[in-house]
Amino acid sequence: MSTPDLVADAVVKRFGEHVAVDSLSFAVERGSFFSILGPSGCGKTTLLRMIAGFIAPDAGDIAIGGGSMRGVAPNRRPVNMVFQQLALFPMMSVGENVAFGLARRGIARAERRRRSEAMLERVGLGGAAHKRVDELSGGQRQRVAIARSLVLEPTLLLLDEPLGALDLKLREHMKIELKQLQAAFGTTFVYITHDQSEALVLSDHVGVMSHGRFEQLGTPQDLYYRPQTPFVAAFVGANNRVVGRATARDGASIEVTTADGWVIRAIHHAAGAIAVGDPVEAFVRPEVASLGRSEAQLPAGQPPHAGEVLSVLFDGANSAVLLQESRSRREFRIALPQTGQFSDLKPQERILFSFDPARAVCFPARAQAAGADA
Amino acid sequence: MPESAAPRWHARFMLGLLLAPALLWLGALIVAPHLDLAVLSLRERVGPRQYAASLAQYRTFFADPLYWHVFVRTAWMSVVATLLTLLLAFPIAWVIAKLARGRAGSLLFIVCLIPFWVSETVRTLGWMILLRESGVLPGLLVRLGITDMPVELLYHDATILVGLVYTSLLFMVVPLISSLESLDNSLIEAAYDLGAGGFTILRSIVIPHAAPGITAGCIVVFMLTLGNYLTPTLLGGKNSEWFTEQIYNQFIVRFNWEQGAAFGFLLLGLSTAMVMAGLRLTGQRFGDVMRRT
Repeated sequence: MSTPDLVADAVVKRFGEHVAVDSLSFAVERGSFFSILGPSGCGKTTLLRMIAGFIAPDAGDIAIGGGSMRGVAPNRRPVNMVFQQLALFPMMSVGENVAFGLARRGIARAERRRRSEAMLERVGLGGAAHKRVDELSGGQRQRVAIARSLVLEPTLLLLDEPLGALDLKLREHMKIELKQLQAAFGTTFVYITHDQSEALVLSDHVGVMSHGRFEQLGTPQDLYYRPQTPFVAAFVGANNRVVGRATARDGASIEVTTADGWVIRAIHHAAGAIAVGDPVEAFVRPEVASLGRSEAQLPAGQPPHAGEVLSVLFDGANSAVLLQESRSRREFRIALPQTGQFSDLKPQERILFSFDPARAVCFPARAQAAGADA
Repeated sequence: MPESAAPRWHARFMLGLLLAPALLWLGALIVAPHLDLAVLSLRERVGPRQYAASLAQYRTFFADPLYWHVFVRTAWMSVVATLLTLLLAFPIAWVIAKLARGRAGSLLFIVCLIPFWVSETVRTLGWMILLRESGVLPGLLVRLGITDMPVELLYHDATILVGLVYTSLLFMVVPLISSLESLDNSLIEAAYDLGAGGFTILRSIVIPHAAPGITAGCIVVFMLTLGNYLTPTLLGGKNSEWFTEQIYNQFIVRFNWEQGAAFGFLLLGLSTAMVMAGLRLTGQRFGDVMRRT
């Protein structure tokens, strides 16, 4: 494997008492799409701005393309950034926007023109060079912003929640377009977002960030199926969180009993030991559970649970039913099967459900787990 | 439609009513006196209380090199004062709009505003106290051993410029702040990220964005400077040779209202021509500039 395009080594950034980025180390492989996913205020923007060079780390080092970036100004780094609000220059035409960086490198006018027009062609905006920025649609501006950076052939393209300003439909469309662009150019993308769906769809690897640290770094599949911390389990994808104590243990399989006596089983595969009696958090994904009007309808061998329908949340392929588990009065969300079965569920109806304990995960409870929201 | 006719008439009436004070002010205090002055400037006194239409007043201006000299000098000094004000105001506006955060910004703005709590006369007299031969600054220069004897710092062109720039600063800072505040910081960062240095960012991002503010500030300061009477007269003394002084002399000292009116119109023509030339030179339209600030 070639040297990684981006290496962060114990990077720290503090703002007064607040530690925005807390001794973070990671590497991003050449040509990959790397996302940093986290809620607002987790330090992801600070991290991105340190990579771009707008702020300097207090400690640690960032290397890009194998070279340390210590003391290198943003305009000297082999990195370009697509800003959240895109930051296209309104005083220039589309072509001038794309050629701006080339002009700064002292490339002759004719060559600048040729390259910027070729780049616009590649992002599907051939012939738009003479247009004004405000004549373009949101999606087209997005492409100009990316073209403006990619024309400089950076080692690394940084993207700061570039889809945040777009409406939902366009966002879905641009997600696919971004992934195709990245595949076509082969440039290493570092993408920050608070939208887990963007991170999962686009990325080769995702770092889930919270309080200045990576909770977990892995492929989207890892994060989704094998979360290493309760934060990741709660933040990535929908999940039902069940808080209780470990009441029995059989290898990795833990029996979790809630304060009101509801018993479920889940697998413990993450770091940290769980002993019988310890407080734990378990997570069950909505699509892991199955519904049944009788025990015979439930998959064989799965322990049955009972609940009462609170509401049916119809959302096409993502439809779900919100139950109240009978024992604990706890809300529990279960995906409705695509077959249309159970689409006739009514509120207050009693229903059975079950899930494979091997697909439910369990963690030692976080220190302030009681207060944290799932 | 019949239903909408009445409200529309009503809306127009209300608009007229709202505009009435401004229109009255414009008509009674600006248009009417200027029409009167125009008539005045185009006549000649041929005998006691006898006047004839004539271009004699304008002919005098072009015939006498003194008037010409003062006219061109006033225009030139005003341009220099405007440019100096711009150079000085730009960093101040930049600091207030972009660097100072929260209270520091408003505090700095108040510092710019404070001189205007004092009347222009008092402010100018303050400069005289500082700069006259027996004043504060010449005395300080002697005490520091920089000059052997107190020097007269009043009555120089530079003194006039200092006074004019000082008086005009706020009128340049205000439009600059508003145009710089509307500049998205991420544009500057984006330019920096794409490889631009400070000077390129200033030239290709900041100045084009702030151009309407710069132009508006320059127009206001130029007009104020060109039409200023007190500052050049007090700080320049008899060396000031400011065109407003000539107008004053014609009206008040010589009681030659016809000549004074003609001079007034020439000054109006000059300021209009200079503003138009400035707009043409920077490729901007007057309406855009006034709307953007």
